[in-house]
Order: sequence, then C-alpha cells, then structure tokens
Amino acid sequence: MKAADLSQNTKTLQVKRFEPTNNPKSHFLNYEKGIWAWMTTVDHKKIGIMYLVSVIFFFALGGFLAVALRTELFTAARTFIDADTYNQIFTLHGAIMVFFVLVPSIPAALGNFVLPLQLGAKDVAFPRLNLLSFYIYVIGAVFTFYAIFNGGLDTGWTFYTPYSIESATAVISVTLGVFILGFSSILTGTNFIVTIHKLRAPGITWDKLPLNIWALYATSIIQVLATPVLAITLLLLTMETVLGIGIFDPAKGGDPVLFQHFFWFYSHPAVYIMIVPGFGIISEVITTFSRKTIFGYWAIALSSLAIAFIGFLVWGHHMFTSGQSALATTVFSFLTFFVGIPTGIKIFNWVATLYKGSIEMKTPMLYVFIFLFLFSIGGFTGIMLGALSVDIHLHDTYYVVAHFHYVMMGGTLIALLAGVHYWWPKITGRMYNETLGKVSAVLIFLGFNITFLPQFVMGAQGMPRRYYNYLEQFEPFHQMSTIGSYILAVAFLIIAYYLLVSLFKGEKASTNPWGSRGLEWQTNTPPSQHNFDYTPVIVNKPYDYHKPMEEFQLGLAENHNGHGEHAEPTKETVA
Amino acid sequence: MGRIFDFMLPEAKSPTAYSTDGLFHFISEVSLVLLIGITAALIYFAIKYRRKSDDDATPVISHNNTLEITWSVLPTIAVLIVFGWGYSGWLNLTTPPEDAYEIQVTGQKWNWAFKYNTGAVSTNELHVPVDRPVKLVMQSRDVLHSFYVPEYRIKHDVVPGRYTTVWFNAQEVGESQIFCTEYCGTSHSDMLAKVIVHEEDDFDTWLATAVIPGSGQSPAEYGESLVNLNACITCHSVDGSEKIGPTFKGLFGRDEQLTDGSTVTVDENYIKNSILNPGSQIVAGYDNVMSNYTGVLDDEQINAIIEYIKTLN
Repeated sequence: MKAADLSQNTKTLQVKRFEPTNNPKSHFLNYEKGIWAWMTTVDHKKIGIMYLVSVIFFFALGGFLAVALRTELFTAARTFIDADTYNQIFTLHGAIMVFFVLVPSIPAALGNFVLPLQLGAKDVAFPRLNLLSFYIYVIGAVFTFYAIFNGGLDTGWTFYTPYSIESATAVISVTLGVFILGFSSILTGTNFIVTIHKLRAPGITWDKLPLNIWALYATSIIQVLATPVLAITLLLLTMETVLGIGIFDPAKGGDPVLFQHFFWFYSHPAVYIMIVPGFGIISEVITTFSRKTIFGYWAIALSSLAIAFIGFLVWGHHMFTSGQSALATTVFSFLTFFVGIPTGIKIFNWVATLYKGSIEMKTPMLYVFIFLFLFSIGGFTGIMLGALSVDIHLHDTYYVVAHFHYVMMGGTLIALLAGVHYWWPKITGRMYNETLGKVSAVLIFLGFNITFLPQFVMGAQGMPRRYYNYLEQFEPFHQMSTIGSYILAVAFLIIAYYLLVSLFKGEKASTNPWGSRGLEWQTNTPPSQHNFDYTPVIVNKPYDYHKPMEEFQLGLAENHNGHGEHAEPTKETVA
Repeated sequence: MGRIFDFMLPEAKSPTAYSTDGLFHFISEVSLVLLIGITAALIYFAIKYRRKSDDDATPVISHNNTLEITWSVLPTIAVLIVFGWGYSGWLNLTTPPEDAYEIQVTGQKWNWAFKYNTGAVSTNELHVPVDRPVKLVMQSRDVLHSFYVPEYRIKHDVVPGRYTTVWFNAQEVGESQIFCTEYCGTSHSDMLAKVIVHEEDDFDTWLATAVIPGSGQSPAEYGESLVNLNACITCHSVDGSEKIGPTFKGLFGRDEQLTDGSTVTVDENYIKNSILNPGSQIVAGYDNVMSNYTGVLDDEQINAIIEYIKTLN
C-alpha cells in the first residue's frame, strides 16, 4: 500500500496496486453480444471499433478508386475509361479519403477507443452523444453515397465555384451529405474536450497527460471551431444553387474567390484535424519501443496547440494564384512558415527521444520510422510551396499532389497504421504475425516512394493535376507512379490478410505485450466493460520508463464506486 | 549550372524564372541535407541503441533548453530567408514593366483566345515577339481556369467577373507549352495552347496578316472565326464526329428529337435560341451543360454563325 501525495493542499489517497489479468473471463467484447448490442452500445470502445471498421471500408473504396486512376494514367491518352468518368473518380477518391477516412480515422476510431483508457475514465463524458456522432457519420455517408450513385460528382473534392454551380452532377446532395458529416466531427470534438477536462483519473494533472491526449485535445479544438465554417459554406452554396442568391457566382453578382476563402478557412485547419492526432500516436509508440522518457514533453505538447492555433491563420496559401489581394498573399505566405516551425520541433524531439533508448523495431516502431522519413519530406516540400515565387510555378501541379500525399498518407495514414498495430492487441486481445507486419511495412514504404517521388519531378516539370490526358513527355513518370500504386495495393492486401487471421486465429495477447507504461496498458487485455475495475491513480509522468511498472498500476484502495470486488476497502486518511 | 536538382525544372526561357529557380534549388538542397541528417540519425540510433535485453535501463533525458532553442531559432531564420526570397521574386512576377506589350486573353471551356492591339485574334496560339516584355490581361467567360507556362514559371487563375494579369519576356525564338491548371470539366486536360515566339520583324509580319474577325470577311467566314474564338468547336464538331454537343455538320434543316420528346427542325430561330438560352431545347442524348452567350455574342455575330453553320451542309 502506498500513499500518493497529489499536491500540497489536497487530501492524501490510500492506493494499492492492481495487477491486470491476462485473458480475463469478462471483457467488453463478450459483455454483451449480438448485433443489437453493438448498434445500441454507448461503450466508447465499441463505438471506436465501429468507426474503425467504417474507416477501413471507406479506405478500401478510396484506395480502389486510386488504383483505377493510376491505371488510367498509365498511358498518355485514354487507357480504359473516358474523361468524365475519370473526373468523377478523382473527385470521389479525394472526397472519400478526406471526409470519410482521414478526418475520422485517428480521432473518432483510435481516439475513441484509447482516450478514456488513457485518462483512467470509464467512458467519454457524453456516451450517448458519442453514439449519436457515429450515427450522424453513418447518415452523412449514406446520404452522400446515395447522391453519388444518383448523379455522380465531378467538381473535385474542393467544390470550387462557379464550376460546382454549373455542374450537371449531384453537387448539392453531396454537399449536404458532407454538411451532415460535419456535425459528427463537431460532437466528437466537444465530447473529447469535456472528457479531457473533467474525467481525468486522480493524479493526472496537465503535466502528466499523455501526448496522445494533448494531440487529441488540439484536434478537438480545431474540429469544434473550424467545422461550422464548412457547414456555413456548403449552406451558402446550396442557397445559391437552389434559391439563386448571388454569393459565389459572378453571373449573379457573387465572387468565386470568396468561396475559396470560405472553403479553405475550414479545409486548411482540417489538414491539422487529420495530421495532429497522428503526432499523438507517434509520441506514444516511440516512447514505448525505446523504453525511454519523451524528449521535450512540453515542446511536443505545446507545439500541437501552436499548430492548431496558427493553422487557422494560413488558409490563404492555397490561393496565391487565385487573385486574392497582394497584401493577403504576402501575409499568408509569412504566417505559413510559422506552422512549419512547431512541426519541425516535434520531429527533432522525436529523433532526440531515441538517443540512448532501448529500441525494439517491432511493426509499430517501423511505421514510426517510416513516418519520420516520409513526413519530413512532406514538411520540406510544404516549405517549398509556402514560398511565394516558387508556389506560383508549382501550384496545381503534381508537385502539390505529391506533397499532400506525403503529408496525408506518409503522415496521417502511416501514423494510423502505427496506431492500429500498436493498439491491436489491446483492442482485439490477439497478436498478429510480426514478420508479415514488417514485410508489408517495408512494401508500403517502397511502394509509396515509387508512387509519389516521380510526381515531385513531373510536377516541377510542369505536369498539371487533375489531367485525364497528358503530354507524352510525362509518361515514364506516370508509369513508374502507377507501378508503385500496385505495390501499395498488394501491401495493404497483405495487412488485411494477417489482421483477419489474427482476429480469428491469432495468439492471445498478454496484458502489456510491449512493456508500455501507458495507462491503457495497465488494465486487462481486452479491457473490461468499464475499462478499469478500480479507480486508477497516477503518480508518475506518462513516460517515466525509469520507474518500476508497479507504480503505474495503482488505484484507489477505497472502493467507493461499486467497482472492483477484489479491492478491499481501507481507511482514508486526510492530510 | 550543374546543381543537384536541375533535372526537376524545365528550361527557363523568361527572366521571370530566374529568382524562382534559385529559391527552388536553395530549398531543395537545404532540405536534402536536413533529410539526410534526420535519416542518418534515425538509422544510427536504431542500430546503436537497439534493445539488448528486456531489462535495459534508459537514462532520463527530459529536455535540453539549448537544443530546443537551437532547433527552433535556426529553422526560423531559414524560413525567414525563404519568405523574403520568395516575396521579392513574387513582387517581380506580379509587376510587369510599364512598356510591356499588352495582349487580351480569354479562357473558356475549352480553349484560349488571344486578342492583339490591332484587333487580330488567334486561338490556342499566343504569338509574341522575342525579347520584349508581354503583359497578358486575362478573363474567363465561364468557370475558373488558370494560365500556366512552366518554362516562364508564371501562372495565374483566370476568373469570371474580374481581370487578372501575368507577364513574361521570352528570351528565345521557339515554342513554349501553355496549360490550364484550374480544373474546368470534361476537357480540362485538352485546354492546351502554345506560346509562339517570333523575331520582332516576323511578329509584325504575322500580326499584319492575322485575321481580324468581321473585317473584310464574308458573314460565313466571320461565323467560322467566331465559332473558333468562342470555343464552340470544343463541344460541337464541324466534321460530324461525336463530341459533348451535337455536331454542326448537316445541322441546319435537320430534325432533332428533344429531351422532352418533341421534335424540332433546326432553323435560324432554333440556333439563335440555343445560343442565348441553351438550356431550353436540349437535344435528346446530350446534357444541359452549355454556357449562356447572352451579352457575349450580338445579333450580327449570331447571324454570322448561322450563315457558317448553313455552309456545313
């Protein structure tokens, strides 16, 4: 038994060690069974899993479309589909990957599962709201796809006016679908903010918050503040098309550049909704697999908030060639570089964390290394695109396409893969095939670079994006890129294969297979219905790998929540 | 001059390219050095500090203010250099010399039309004299387009409802590729054009012989010029081939079945109505995608186009 001194003026709590059980008889997966139990669950873990399954489904769909695009681009003229179909496919690929995969991927899927566990909470603050968020996501998805199959969409995922007003495709229905989807994002963000403020277990002061939580906190703030602007924009677009009110259409007295301002006011911060939670995963995985305290805790935590804040002030860098004012262009370029600084700080701190660590190159850690390499390239090319004169040349070319794939796929998606492999044993209670994990990670690294490195070259050479036909001179680059995309597809199929095998036949996971100090690893695997059978108490910082594991498994000795039959009540002493 | 990233950029054929290229190389080279540094550190640490036993003890290194400040301040200085360099290059890109030769540009689905100071016009070929600053005053007739010449490193969106400008100074006689870089629909990737750079004398000769629509042309010839200039032929073929709209070949006098099931015989009134109110009588099998030409074409021009279509029977 151990007394934890939480701060000078508060009460002292009686705590004792609670060792997690391997292969517990009762856990959240077998607590209730059947499809109805899943559909009506308010358990954050099950909701997280439902999001994860949806995200994987949409990723498969978006990925299939990507392979179709790359196949069409294998030759300079028509390969197998016509121009209108191609335009619809690249629009859908972008819209699905942004709105249905990247935005909800880490926060709503992994975040939902992990956040309350890392806080030592029983659930998020508003469990029913959490389920509602999921259903809003589903309704938004159904609505969007109904529209897409009844009229299509060919505007690009950016819906630029006046093209989107004139387009004969189902623009309005799709934007309404995205509008609905936005509320899911806002509600999840609100839920997380409240949970982080109000449901931290005893002892989790702000300086003991895992960096994953800091990242989700920053993300949630952006979700709550930026998403309504997208909703407003899409509503204005609907008003213009349906009611004929001139807002963005010059034929009606509107201004098409205004639409771009509105759109990027959301969609640039949305880039940080997609990437910042990835930063959280990297911090967790890199400390676990180097068994070492994080280097520069506050630098990493606060840089997430700095990125969230500055991220709101740089949207105009998407519009250097659009005709926005010279002053705006100058200011946006200037501010854009200041979002690069906190990002660079993070990378340096992660690399420094490895110094004198005890590094084990398991699959999640391999993905972290891949992330650091690919995301660095994404960052450097971002600096390139922030530079005014150079951006004039590179804007709307394949250089930009390659840049944002290095950030979004090389960054967010690789971080998601790191996170899925890291928390897989915790979620499913089973291990996956480590060899296949590493092989597919290497294949993804190779396939990714073969796909996207040539795009930097052809972009700088002048190859514009969203081109169905292209000049012969770009053909070798496109063909290399297409071959790379096939390698990527194979790698993802291998991952799908061994994860499915693991799900049904995988070796049972021990409670804490990676030896992490993280709170989510100090409960049973899989976790019990209410996460912990006791109230956890935190005395150490989250990455204190120099302290013994016992100190991370403490909980209130006093059983006052009706929890933990095995927790013997003891006397509480007040200081 | 043998810089490592030379292979990435096309040949620079206008002074507008020089500052851009210098900065492109600077950022690429500094980034490469940093990337090699980061990668080397990752690989070195991964090997040197690989786990030896499950009981490995790791030191507590929580932070280091000197390092944190170093890797915050140095990148800040670097990006300020990049900002200043990019800004000065961009000022040059957006400030045409006062004596620049001015050409009017119209972007439309899906061609580029150029109008010169004599009233002469050309489509998809921008004729310019060598070694003389040229300023383009650009507008769009329908949706957003973007005017891009990689070899000059210039690009600007072409926006309906406002004028935008770019300038360049072609350094050698020859051709340079023009792309549309703002997605504009079905034939976006075919909205290509060429800059054709002449010697000063050759340019004057070309300009003197170039077609000036409506001047010395018969109505049908004028109509043909207009059909090219207004990009009608990007959707309506004149040889009977299938495009986005019905072909002009044999159109006059033809019976067309409309989407509402009725039939119409194409005459002067039908053509005029289809130009000024294109959504009202759509031929079955085609989409309602044509822009409205009210205010773009006047009665005399529409008459000329009708005369031209009659000659295609």
